[in-house]
Amino acid sequence: MNMIVTSASPATPNGTTRPQVRIVIVGHVDHGKSTLVGRLLHETGSLPDGKLEMLKAVSARRGMPFEWSFLLDALQTERDQGITIDTTQIRFRTNSRDIVLIDAPGHAEFLRNMITGASQADGAVLIIDALEGVRDQTRRHGYLLHLLGVKQVAIVVNKMDRVDFAAERFKAISDEISAHLQGLGVTPTAVIPISARDGDGVAERTDRISWYRGPTVVEALDRLEPARPLEALALRLPVQAIYKFDDRRIVAGRIESGSLVAGDEIVIMPAGKIARIKSVESWPVTPVAGRQGAGRSVGITLDRELFVERGDIIAHASAAPRETRRLRARIFWLHDKPLAKGDQLLVRCGPKESRATVVAIEKAVDPGELSSVENKAIGRNHVGEIDISLSHPIATDPYTENPRTGRLVIEVSGRIAGGGLVLSVDAGQRAEPVDIVPVESALRLDERSARYRHNGAVVWLTGLPASGKSTLAKALERRLFTNGGSPILLDGDTVRAGLNSDLGFSAADRSENIRRLAEVATHLARNGHIAIVAAVSPAREDRATARRIADTAFREIHVATPAEVCEERDPKGHYKKARAGALASFTGIGNDYEKPEAAELVIDTATRSVADATDAIEQMLKSTGVLFDEVVDLAANI
Amino acid sequence: MDHLDQLEAQSIYIFREAFARLKKIALLWSLGKDSNVMIWLARKAFFGRLPFPALHVDTGKKFPEMYRFRDHYGKEWELDLRVEPCPPIDAVDPTLPPAARSAARKTEGLKMALAKSGFDGLIAGIRRDEEATRAKERVFSPRGLEGNWDVRDQPPEFWDHFNASPPQGAHLRIHPILHWTEADIWAYTKRENIPIIPLYLSQNGKRYRSLGDQDITNPVNSTASTIDEILIELEQTKVPERAGRALDHETEDAFERLRVAGYL
Repeated sequence: MNMIVTSASPATPNGTTRPQVRIVIVGHVDHGKSTLVGRLLHETGSLPDGKLEMLKAVSARRGMPFEWSFLLDALQTERDQGITIDTTQIRFRTNSRDIVLIDAPGHAEFLRNMITGASQADGAVLIIDALEGVRDQTRRHGYLLHLLGVKQVAIVVNKMDRVDFAAERFKAISDEISAHLQGLGVTPTAVIPISARDGDGVAERTDRISWYRGPTVVEALDRLEPARPLEALALRLPVQAIYKFDDRRIVAGRIESGSLVAGDEIVIMPAGKIARIKSVESWPVTPVAGRQGAGRSVGITLDRELFVERGDIIAHASAAPRETRRLRARIFWLHDKPLAKGDQLLVRCGPKESRATVVAIEKAVDPGELSSVENKAIGRNHVGEIDISLSHPIATDPYTENPRTGRLVIEVSGRIAGGGLVLSVDAGQRAEPVDIVPVESALRLDERSARYRHNGAVVWLTGLPASGKSTLAKALERRLFTNGGSPILLDGDTVRAGLNSDLGFSAADRSENIRRLAEVATHLARNGHIAIVAAVSPAREDRATARRIADTAFREIHVATPAEVCEERDPKGHYKKARAGALASFTGIGNDYEKPEAAELVIDTATRSVADATDAIEQMLKSTGVLFDEVVDLAANI
Repeated sequence: MDHLDQLEAQSIYIFREAFARLKKIALLWSLGKDSNVMIWLARKAFFGRLPFPALHVDTGKKFPEMYRFRDHYGKEWELDLRVEPCPPIDAVDPTLPPAARSAARKTEGLKMALAKSGFDGLIAGIRRDEEATRAKERVFSPRGLEGNWDVRDQPPEFWDHFNASPPQGAHLRIHPILHWTEADIWAYTKRENIPIIPLYLSQNGKRYRSLGDQDITNPVNSTASTIDEILIELEQTKVPERAGRALDHETEDAFERLRVAGYL
């Protein structure tokens, strides 16, 4: 079955080049995508000789009326099921454009094919059945176009013949879908009433839609702009491989954005090493002079021997990507098993891969549903925002700064299971990874412990707001100090006022808040002090991170005062504000506090006095080797 | 960057990904215009050499010009050339129509080569615009243990991220020129001055647009005797590229059946 003519290449011998735009046709199943494609091919004179007659004959032989969609449904399997199952690429011409048309399927099962198609598109046609109106797949595809970064979207209201070409019906659908898309930040380039079956509105404004003043589908396609040049952005050259076929050591990759030329000073991220480009190698002629821009697959040599590996990103030193172990992404999920917090994944950012853990999930919704109920996990064909913690540092950019490097895919069992855009990276973790030489204290730990009569520790008090954490922390601080120790209080709110004043209350910021508290507390503990941290720290995963950082010095105390008691106390008035809706992201009145499962100590302040509770903590610190109980113990530690 | 530069850069990217992510790959060299462009692109990707074998699955029924071309350029391009013979026709599914059955020998030859050498990736020069079932292909296309293609369950592939982990014992097909058209191939062949088999150029009013086995490939009517003339002809023709390939036209689904079974 040959149905694609090859006349559309811009590589004509007379040297004329026409802009090539790739478009995708998306929308709910049975709203007429394949019919529109068949009609477009016919109207633009793109069908091979005899094709139409042949298909009509096949239809007659099968005893079925001819359908335009048969043009595309060339696979046996498709005809059997009556649905288009995959992306095909077809070429045709409008007045001033070469169009590569990707026919994306509408069946819910095949969203991964729609994404495969739409990810390559410069523009999209979203098709809606005039009779059925906007459906869940319509909304889902609209959302995914937005997520994939397809900005030029033309809306086609098909099957107008089924609603007697009623202008009112058209307007109702037009208003609904325009409002939906604008809510996502996408402005439709046109909304066009058509009958793909009969041809109205496809290439011609017929009498039946005489009330319509806008462009036809062919005209709308003719106005699409090709992909935006990436050369103006900062240089990003992700390294695909290092080749040593001869005495040259060639670093190979494709320039994703920006440009480079021999002599440029570059930085290799995430290691942060500096070098100069010695030459740009090629074949059959090498080296090549002149600037190489975005889109080129190149090979460069450097002026010094540095360790470079696949996945590194080469950039100009003045505008390097950020190095991070932690990022937030907006993703779509294609795997059968929903993505849940704590899941282990493989993340690919260009050629770089890293194992990763999902630290938090937010805004998990089905983009097809109007009432977006938030879920805990991201289901198949759903979207959401996730925080990921990476096992290896990677270099990346938020997608708003670089659409090429600011995106990633997620693999499960060796198969692509989802993808998304990098919303933000936590670059605070290791801002200057090169040349950090930690300075050790001049004092030995045993000198300190001999004076304080305790070892260093991180005492972590977690619990609901107003559960009594700060009160207990202060009492403990006083008790330890009275006994000659060196306690230091790190209160969550106090630290937020200074060190963490740049952080808010999103899951990512809360995680970072906890990470910083843990780092500071651990530093104190390593220097022999007892750091007392009082922080709500509602997320189990975040507290697990703190425990990992502080390691054996970590002592977790769950201040398990009942929620009703906490709300009744409400010394800061937070519960009242939250109930009134004036305090977003407040832990306490929802179910978002995750209780510790293996705390060293659990204290309910509703049933114990402060002194009693402090005794219990002191006892725990003795029994777990932080406080020295007797002189014998002290001697053993000197 | 012009259109051909973009195509070239994309193909080079695919070649480098395949070489980096798979353990043992080979390039399927059919000696035709597409696979010659492919070898050229691979040499660009790897700075003059083909760092993996070129596999010719030989039906023994190619045109003499094709064998001469293979022997000459295999040496000149310093290819690690492996010629893999195909089993006789009796070994092939007798329910296929005659030409398809003849072509299916190649699928069997391919399976034998895979079993013998344990490749986990085979690079093939198919293009989306050639044929409707090929249009549905992925760039990295997983094959089942029997070499078969499951068109209904293809993994998602986007943003140049490829699924490169075939299950144990299965292999991947890699398609570096999937996004090229017939006209692109000719324009690039001319620009880069890539050698071609003269059968593609018109003699006595006929030329081959696509080269396969001698007995199941026919020339088309054409006066195009230079690449420039071929490009002009392609601008105007509505005759499909594989019109001269008998196996495509026997029954509606013959080619689809071949591909599902592992044909290129």
